[in-house]
Amino acid sequence: MGIDVRNRMAMRAAEEITSGMVVNLGIGIPSLVPNHLPRNIQVMFHAENGIVGMGASPEKGWEDENLCNAGGFPVTTIPGSSYCDSAMAFGMIRRGLVDLTILGSLQVSEKGDIANWIVPGKKVPGMGGAMELAQKARKVAVLMYHTDKNGVSKLVKSCSLPLTASNCVDIVITDLAVFKIKEGSMILSELFAPYTIAEVTAKTACEFSIAENLRFIDYERN
Amino acid sequence: MENPFGKITTLEQAMEYFYDGMTLMFGGFGGVGSPPALIGGILDKNIQNLVLIGNDTGFPEIGIGKIVSRKRARKVIASHIGSNPVAGELMTRGEMEVEFSPQGTLMERIRAGGMGLGAILTDVGVDHEFVAKDKQKLTLNGKEYLIETALTAEVAIVYAKKADPFGNLVFDKSARNTNPLVAMAGKITIAEAEEIVPLGSLDPEEIVIPGVFVDRVIPSCGVNWKWAWE
Repeated sequence: MGIDVRNRMAMRAAEEITSGMVVNLGIGIPSLVPNHLPRNIQVMFHAENGIVGMGASPEKGWEDENLCNAGGFPVTTIPGSSYCDSAMAFGMIRRGLVDLTILGSLQVSEKGDIANWIVPGKKVPGMGGAMELAQKARKVAVLMYHTDKNGVSKLVKSCSLPLTASNCVDIVITDLAVFKIKEGSMILSELFAPYTIAEVTAKTACEFSIAENLRFIDYERN
Repeated sequence: MENPFGKITTLEQAMEYFYDGMTLMFGGFGGVGSPPALIGGILDKNIQNLVLIGNDTGFPEIGIGKIVSRKRARKVIASHIGSNPVAGELMTRGEMEVEFSPQGTLMERIRAGGMGLGAILTDVGVDHEFVAKDKQKLTLNGKEYLIETALTAEVAIVYAKKADPFGNLVFDKSARNTNPLVAMAGKITIAEAEEIVPLGSLDPEEIVIPGVFVDRVIPSCGVNWKWAWE
């Protein structure tokens, strides 16, 4: 049985989480991350609506309509969890008390700019909490497909879409590879099996260097 | 139940506070924690041309989304409208104005309004072409901030788990969300409560919003929409 692409990306993102962290997850693929955390890791998942300490999704039939994540889907809480109002939830973000945010994106530039809130003339959903999270979380991880539906790279030299925030992304995990962004430049640090540097280069519309100890990730073998 | 402060009332009587063209602030996040009976009352009374202030526009048939989808708002101040495609269509066609505010900034603007302040200073979006557009900036101690104006409304509507006759409010889990902030920011605040309990039955330690901020309390019959996850 193979691991599907989305879960492979989520599995890699889970490696960014260490015990004691406060972590905010975006909607979509990031919401799969908790399924891949080792049991011995103690983490507090934060939600913008006002929860610290979210747990797994409830079993069908056990949903509580007044206990939902920021995307509006039912969740549970873990021991040590708390509720607060949304102003306080954002105070935690602005103060840098959220250690890691894992977001989806439309584009990421080689400098670490993120564009994920608007497609002018097409989709104008609003920024929600994305600006605060991107600008203020201590570490920003982006989980996104490497290319869009037309095969166009979402990793770009400079974002053509309006920015959410600039110079803030630390790591990008795509379906092909993992890039780290340090001091305004992008480094290819990991490749998902079976992709090669040549394939990734061909699908990437920005400059990047290659890490000396490039890692090959093959979750199905090890 | 005894009603010594005259705050407990019916939906019908509470509807007297609503009129065409008013500014209405609402509690809730994706419809969770939005007051269903009050929203139904606004629809039934056919209130038009509302200026709505709240986190988001719900879903087309959930929460404040029911009002938005029926074109009852001329303007919305929110952080997100993505879960209500009708809101996006109305905005694109120029039938509804939308003012976006980053979510945390919006919350603080509402809180500032409720706390009697004129504005807040924040560096969120200070270099952002869209967020900083037409806003004043201020440099304090060498750091640049945006001046984000406080928000209040003629009426604020919230959803509580419990209310007592003074209007003291307790919320339910993540349905708290924006409700305590919104409850403080209305010139008139109307709370819809799942349960109305006698004075003295709420532990003063558990009260999230003191009744000082609350003008009217009405009973709720609970949510009357189907959730997206159902």
